[in-house]
Amino acid sequence: MPAVRQDLDLTALVADLSAVLGAGQVRTEPLELALYGRDASVMEGRASVACLPHSPADVQRIVQVCARHNRPFVARGSGTGLAGGAVPVEDPVVIATSRMNRILSVDTADGVAWVEPGVLNLDLSHALRPHGVHFAPDPSSQQVCSIGGNVANNSGGPHCLAYGVTSAHVVAIDVVLPDGRMARLGDLDADPAGYDLRAAFVGSEGTLGVAVQIAVRLTPDPPAVRTLLADFDTVAAGAATVSGIIAAGLVPAALEMMDQKAVEMVEAFVGAGYPTDAAAVLLVEVDGLPAGVEAATDTIDEVARRHGVRNVRHAADEQERALLWKGRKAAFGAVARIRPDYYLHDTVVPRTRLVEVLERVYDIARRNDLVVINVFHAGDGNLHPILAFDAREPGVLERVQRAGTEIVQASLDAGGVLSGEHGIGLEKRDYMPIMFSAADLAAQDRLRAVFDPNDLANPAKVIPAGSRCGDLAARQVPEGAWV
Amino acid sequence: MGVTLRPRAAVDAFAAEVSGDDAVTCVGGRTQWQVGGAVLAGTREVSAPSGVVAHEPADMTVVCGAGTPVAELESELAAHGQMVPLDPDDPAAATVGGVLAVGRSGPRRLRYGHIRDLLLQATIVGADGTVTSAGGPTVKNVSGYDLHRVQVGALGTLGFLAEVRLRCLPVPAVARWFTTGADPFALSRSLYRPSSVLWDGGLTWVLLEGHPDDVDAQAVGHDLVETTSPPPLPDGARTSHRPSALEGAAEAFGSGRFLAEVGVGVIHHHDVPRTPVPVRAPDALDLHLKLKQAFDPSGRLNPGRQPW
Repeated sequence: MPAVRQDLDLTALVADLSAVLGAGQVRTEPLELALYGRDASVMEGRASVACLPHSPADVQRIVQVCARHNRPFVARGSGTGLAGGAVPVEDPVVIATSRMNRILSVDTADGVAWVEPGVLNLDLSHALRPHGVHFAPDPSSQQVCSIGGNVANNSGGPHCLAYGVTSAHVVAIDVVLPDGRMARLGDLDADPAGYDLRAAFVGSEGTLGVAVQIAVRLTPDPPAVRTLLADFDTVAAGAATVSGIIAAGLVPAALEMMDQKAVEMVEAFVGAGYPTDAAAVLLVEVDGLPAGVEAATDTIDEVARRHGVRNVRHAADEQERALLWKGRKAAFGAVARIRPDYYLHDTVVPRTRLVEVLERVYDIARRNDLVVINVFHAGDGNLHPILAFDAREPGVLERVQRAGTEIVQASLDAGGVLSGEHGIGLEKRDYMPIMFSAADLAAQDRLRAVFDPNDLANPAKVIPAGSRCGDLAARQVPEGAWV
Repeated sequence: MGVTLRPRAAVDAFAAEVSGDDAVTCVGGRTQWQVGGAVLAGTREVSAPSGVVAHEPADMTVVCGAGTPVAELESELAAHGQMVPLDPDDPAAATVGGVLAVGRSGPRRLRYGHIRDLLLQATIVGADGTVTSAGGPTVKNVSGYDLHRVQVGALGTLGFLAEVRLRCLPVPAVARWFTTGADPFALSRSLYRPSSVLWDGGLTWVLLEGHPDDVDAQAVGHDLVETTSPPPLPDGARTSHRPSALEGAAEAFGSGRFLAEVGVGVIHHHDVPRTPVPVRAPDALDLHLKLKQAFDPSGRLNPGRQPW
């Protein structure tokens, strides 16, 4: 059972942190701390102090001070998380990894690169380009999200349809455990000894410790790539094409869908030449060796025609391909053209239930008088309904929240899951009992307690309060949190 | 299809069978029975449910009892042009749960990755007989901790797999083995995603899968000679290394005395006996011990075996 948290002695905490870190690495200015109170979700918390480590040893010293003070800590990458995973709860020390942004080595013989957690996803892929390899996970936020954040959330992205999510691309992690020790989870060996604690750590949302060095797997760049944009008169025809492509035995590198609202919004923003009168567009990418890519392209053309496609546009060159992808990846930023605020959901349903769940999503939005925009990873059934709204409108937040709950329930009713890639964090923590039994959650909490018996690493996230036997300590929920 | 793999009658019966205070071991096909040490003599034996429960070809997922022979799963999937590349040596005898619990991927790992990434969801019977579910039914899921993946390679010492949901892949259009005397390390980097590169210190065998024209072009471009099948894997010890460390294998063990999985880091030996295999303890061993303590406090699950 976690110890009851003692009152915060901020002066002593700051003094101890300052004693082990360099000048400027301990931040206490209220304005600066406010920046660390949020991530890209709608929730807000409060940091007691923020630290800017430069090295694994710095992180270790910070965590050791926290352990001594029984003070929680929250590691933070770029703050692009959408589930409140980096929102500080229980007055923690925020450990911002932005200055730990070095690529330490690129080792093509072992097929790995060692990186620090603050390295940005796209920066890593750019740095790897001369070696003919890349880091496969490519979340839409890849220009700004960090590898440490990718590890914490087990991030996906469009190309994880063929290549798998972050867990499959992380070979080893050096972590600072909540008691302040350093440990290597996983290894470069084919089959490291012991339990696969690396698999437990990836996706644990910062609740098992802090990743300080990460060995990521290098994926060879494909010799051939083809990108297609297919547009349809109905969402159902687009979804049927998705199923048809899978049924034809193809696993494209990416298979993305956008509905009409999304296309209109993106087109006005990016000007990628998306057809704004289509009910749905599919962005499909196939990669690999040339003959296989050509054959797959022909198959996709044929499947799309069978489902009444209006037009299939083939990107003629790398420039056009980049433009088509820009439309997809800029979608969330383009929402501001419609409403000032948005709430982005993330659930997964079996591919075969896509049309039915989408219809329910449209219906839920209609009944709650909200604008919904659908941009999603159709190939793996990963829905991303965006509810756009204006927070100044009285009562709108309640409607957005109600619609969100209904979307989660509709997805689970169809045999889906709570989150495909954004994580549980605070946002979906209290939905966990819809998907998991009390025994399931108790088992998950046992795993957590093995790493963090005193509940210091990113407390109050992922697992709902009360899952641990005898855990009656009141949880502080941050102001304004939607949980 | 429910949200989680809710225990069916067979899982409940299995859980009841596991329950008790005595030492208990879950037996699959006994094809890798020596891995991680011998089970203590006199330990009561149980077997997980067998049979394919649901295959959704359009979702590319399959649910089966952990006790299902791999060959049975393979034939169900092959009828729909799909596969789950578990690739045990003896698919008729090896069970799905056994392959996962031992956690050793087959020779196509170079292309398809570790078998743990094929496991989407698991129903697990715990040391106290409690049935829990971990993971989710969809190909993509980050809801909660990945306890199902921790079961892979745990040798049934944290719980017994009862039922599993696996991710399926399309069967490639062609799969052909080739041989060459070329340097396997340069070759494995120069070929685009070969499925397997095996090397005995002298000769190299390569498995290429995909579109027939691509396989032809890669084979011609690298002077590969077609062969009917790879050599049988040596039946001695299987040791794990960094991929780059394999370059010294011919010098260390002698050409022809091993078969190495190039790009992966596994060596199958002729002369090193299967047991006892010296394995170093993992880093932060106390965490591994605490995990065992948390999930099997009395140590009744598969006593005598441990993954280090």
